[in-house]
Amino acid sequence: MELLKRNAVPLLLVAAQWPVGWLLSQTVNSYYLQIIVYIGINAMLAVSLNLINGITGQFSLGHAGFMAVGAYVSAACSLFLVNGWPAALALPAILLAGGLAAALAGLVVGLPTLRLRGDYLAITTLGFGEIIRVVILNTAAVGGARGLGGMPPLSDFASVYACTIVCVLVIWRLVHSPLGKAFTAVREDEIAAAAMGIDTTRYKITAFVLGAFWAGVAGALFAHFIGYIHTNSFTFLKSVEVVVMVVLGGMGSISGAIIAAAVLTVLTEALRFLADYRMIIYSVLLIVMMLTRPGGLLGRHEITQWRFWSSRTAR
Amino acid sequence: MDQLLQQLINGLAWGAIYALIALGYTMVYGVLRLINFAHGDVYMVGAMMAYYLAHWLGFAVAPSTIGFVIVLTSSMLICGALGALIELVAYRPLRNRPRMSMLITAIGVSMLLEFGGQRVFGPDPKFFPQLIESRSLFKAGAVVLTNIDLLVICVSLFLMVVLRFIVLRTKIGLAVRAVSFSFETSSLMGINVNTVISVTFVIGSALAAAAGAMVGLRNPKIEPLMGVLPGVKAFVAAVLGGIGNFPGAVVGGLVMGVTETLVAAYFSSTYRDAVAFVILIVVLLVRPAGLFGKVTVEKV
Repeated sequence: MELLKRNAVPLLLVAAQWPVGWLLSQTVNSYYLQIIVYIGINAMLAVSLNLINGITGQFSLGHAGFMAVGAYVSAACSLFLVNGWPAALALPAILLAGGLAAALAGLVVGLPTLRLRGDYLAITTLGFGEIIRVVILNTAAVGGARGLGGMPPLSDFASVYACTIVCVLVIWRLVHSPLGKAFTAVREDEIAAAAMGIDTTRYKITAFVLGAFWAGVAGALFAHFIGYIHTNSFTFLKSVEVVVMVVLGGMGSISGAIIAAAVLTVLTEALRFLADYRMIIYSVLLIVMMLTRPGGLLGRHEITQWRFWSSRTAR
Repeated sequence: MDQLLQQLINGLAWGAIYALIALGYTMVYGVLRLINFAHGDVYMVGAMMAYYLAHWLGFAVAPSTIGFVIVLTSSMLICGALGALIELVAYRPLRNRPRMSMLITAIGVSMLLEFGGQRVFGPDPKFFPQLIESRSLFKAGAVVLTNIDLLVICVSLFLMVVLRFIVLRTKIGLAVRAVSFSFETSSLMGINVNTVISVTFVIGSALAAAAGAMVGLRNPKIEPLMGVLPGVKAFVAAVLGGIGNFPGAVVGGLVMGVTETLVAAYFSSTYRDAVAFVILIVVLLVRPAGLFGKVTVEKV
């Protein structure tokens, strides 16, 4: 009973997927529904990157790479391994496969890099994102340059919605747990944290691997929503897009990351005629944000915090 | 054997290019402790400037050594100014903020150069004019040493010697070394830190521009995103040599170029770009301070 009470809000939110999904299927056309699904996927990416970049204070530039690992591994799974399973079994299986594969990739990248100062991670993950693309492009088994298609449409609004809630919930609870305090301590001052007995490397790797896991799950959902994947969806630009979401929303603010993910996803669709200038706008946005409001729109606040509503300037 | 020698020549030429870019990374890292992400894109701008200058000044149709020298030096001057401008606008206001802020603006500047470049120069590859006619200087069996290869290696060496002279024998070089050693102390000693940092960016960017202009001679296809991978590789070269260490950057660049060419020749050219990544991981695992770097303990 106690357990039920403590998890009432998230359970209600997850349960809301059926009425909300039904309502959406009745009212909006499939194009808008697709955008809503993309918002969910981008929110997962932004929140999980926020765990690495905002809360633990490291800097990863390879989120699209982990997304690609998740997408390709899960797609290969559903095509070759769990082919023919009922959807209720196959979906968790492929999500888990995608997430774990991405987490493993995160471990391989993070283990050597995270022992050192944060800025090495940026360039290593940037390199990783490019390498994983080259490797996929040259692997005939997953389609290579032709891309990979034919996956069953396992994910839909309901599953993306549920996964987003679970992802946000897990990371939210994590951040507000003792483990989360350790992450924040690493961000604030690594040396002081180490002096307080925090194994900084271990916590950095934990955060990084967890972030990679959720990026992998997001990739798996993405792959089984559109049914065809190509490395062009997972370029450096996608990583930058997620970084922009985190920076815009406020480094360290989970709700900020979700809002920024929603706003940027909608804007990207609405401003299609500016597509050629999109990356220029992103880059100028990054520079201007850092020069004028380095904390992002919400700073480190959450919209659920009373302080946030009562006084904007409170730090 | 012939093939090996030939690949070594190619590798050295590429290595010299990487070394020039790596020197810029190492210099900036030395004074600001910043990975200047935009550095690889300054190299791209260098190549583009050389392309446009060669056309505007008419050297594209009439190849000559003088023409090449003029194009190279003017491209270096323009990019030196660009480097100083980037530092002034994007990095200087953030100097006292957390290092993460500067890293993010560096990524922003890098993207701005890449995608702004796609708008300004056009996204399609351009063909770099043959400023100097390629001919073989030396031939033994199947091994060919072209004048371009020799030129790339010699110009790089020359620039490195000039850099060494500046850093070790001039007053401003002494100031650069002092700032690298300790930011605060050197400013207390009356060194104008802002000037020193600007000078560092000018020199580093000029070296990257020289690399860009010379790459145009060897691999005539240039495009706005050409700086991304060489940028990452040169950074790996700098880490390999020990970031902040000048001779280390040169050695790292040469090792990088040769290894990459050998892998492309003997294994598979598709893994050419993966080599840098493997080297980086191995260096970080085995010797994070690099070949020539000193292990430093971070103090409070």
